[in-house]
Amino acid sequence: MLKLGIPSKGRLMEQTFDWFGARGITLRRTGSDREYAGAVEGAEGLELVLLSAGEIPRELAAGRIHLGVTGSDLVRDKLADWDRQVAELAPMGFGHADLIIAVPASWPDVDTLDDLDAAAAAFRRTHGHRLRIATKYHRLVRNFLTENGVADYQLVDSQGATEGTVKNLTAEAIADITSTGETLRANHLKILTDGLIHQSQATLYAARSADWRNGARPILTDLSQRLGFNPNAL
Amino acid sequence: MALKGAARAEADRLMAAFRAAGAVAVEADILQPAEVLLDLYGEDIRGRAYVTADPIRGEMMLRPDFTVPVVQMHMAGGAEPARYCYLGEVFRKQEHLTDRKSEYFQVGYEIFDRENPVQADAEVFALFAGLLAPLNLRAVTGDIAILMDAVRGLKTLESRKAALLRHIWRPRRFTQLLDRFGGRAPVPATRARLLETLARGNSPVQAPLVGLRSEAEIAARLAALQEDAAAAPIAAEEVTRLNDLLNLSAKSPAALAHLRDLARDMPAIAPATDRMEARLEALAAKGVAVDDLDFEASHGRTTLEYYDGFVFSFHGLDPDLPPIASGGRYDALTEVLGQGRSIPAVGGVIRPGLVADLTEGAPC
Repeated sequence: MLKLGIPSKGRLMEQTFDWFGARGITLRRTGSDREYAGAVEGAEGLELVLLSAGEIPRELAAGRIHLGVTGSDLVRDKLADWDRQVAELAPMGFGHADLIIAVPASWPDVDTLDDLDAAAAAFRRTHGHRLRIATKYHRLVRNFLTENGVADYQLVDSQGATEGTVKNLTAEAIADITSTGETLRANHLKILTDGLIHQSQATLYAARSADWRNGARPILTDLSQRLGFNPNAL
Repeated sequence: MALKGAARAEADRLMAAFRAAGAVAVEADILQPAEVLLDLYGEDIRGRAYVTADPIRGEMMLRPDFTVPVVQMHMAGGAEPARYCYLGEVFRKQEHLTDRKSEYFQVGYEIFDRENPVQADAEVFALFAGLLAPLNLRAVTGDIAILMDAVRGLKTLESRKAALLRHIWRPRRFTQLLDRFGGRAPVPATRARLLETLARGNSPVQAPLVGLRSEAEIAARLAALQEDAAAAPIAAEEVTRLNDLLNLSAKSPAALAHLRDLARDMPAIAPATDRMEARLEALAAKGVAVDDLDFEASHGRTTLEYYDGFVFSFHGLDPDLPPIASGGRYDALTEVLGQGRSIPAVGGVIRPGLVADLTEGAPC
């Protein structure tokens, strides 16, 4: 038996169903609309587990599921040394979103990380606290800013409506995902020219710490031919 | 890996030696208010320290080091001069899958003394070198004050020097800034367009103002950017000399001679070079083999940013292992934590667990 974890609702779930369907494997939810149960047709030994997309990285890391579909942004943010915990099997071509850093469009002097760093230093002197960047992607953003030598900032947690934090004076800048940039523009924000942290998309991952004995391997090999990934990536 | 008992036994031995050297044993809380540490180290500390929440006291951290609480304790009313020692666990989150420990003992020794900083530097180093001598470690020294004085002595805008000083501890950003200020890296396209707009007398602001950063703050930076664009680049020979200094790595006597050479064209580093010479004399007087002591001008640039003078570390043969001991001078930190007061201070820590590992592995 091989457990496949996929997002339990919304567009991400539907597109995942479509992706597998196009490759001859039918995934569907069973029971009532509210019951999180699923069925698989066309792949022997594959069991469907419906999970919140945000929990799939953790379940993969713990080895409680063998395969999982989730955004590459979530895997990189939630798992330390992500590529030693999971193997990236197949980028799936949907769920595209860029994790970016954005600042008010009314800051003509800030277009690059270098500008942000300089503005942060002056901001701290003036206001007595560090320039606040609202995000829910703490690890990715912190690592990115450390690598690029940005100082005098602090991250503030924002689990939703992050674009509104600047207007609401709870942050000076944001790091969030965007696909079209509409929401950013509507909130009078602009993206730094070198502020692209990660280009995310829905991705099929395999858990390195899952139990791959007892018949799981042959199922993976079979899936690799039908889904078009390299089974030795694991 | 040494068992905790072996590490503690080694720690007790080191503490006894520190007490015998005249230090008063002090304690520090394991739970430290996160705000002080965050303000001091910045967001990076979140990636390295365990953060936890207290319902009354707010965000707390498991102590990532002793220096901050010991300095706070001293600044709150310690007698002068003072020598302190301490022993306890520190906690460091590991962001990578590694054998490095996230919880280990540190034994530390700190001197707060206005009278003779050079002697205090030598005292800490010689004490550590003596205690660690049986392990045949490689010691590396450096001096952040020389770097800071070299930057302060550049013939360029104060704003450029301030930016470089801020990034002494971030070598990559420092190099980028130096390339820009030296005219060796192109002006970013966005900056060039902005400067053109300003030069034509047009307003570059085309969006409603949102957020806490005010119009005046934006105007101040625009003025600073124009001033910077109008200023001459840092002269090529100054950049070359600074890079020569940053890359200096030699045995201490040769390093000192090289610094003396550099100081002829960079007079700003002469006083710190004098202090280095005095320190080497003080070390030699305490029996340290200074002829064989490594000096790397950039040593200490990638540590947590509070050292601003003499820095040192002791390393085993395994390059993957963290230093067995490290330390340095942190005069400015006492000012930051001293609420208006300050005192020259120097100190260091030894990791007894690593000492015990090496002692076990060594032939008797």
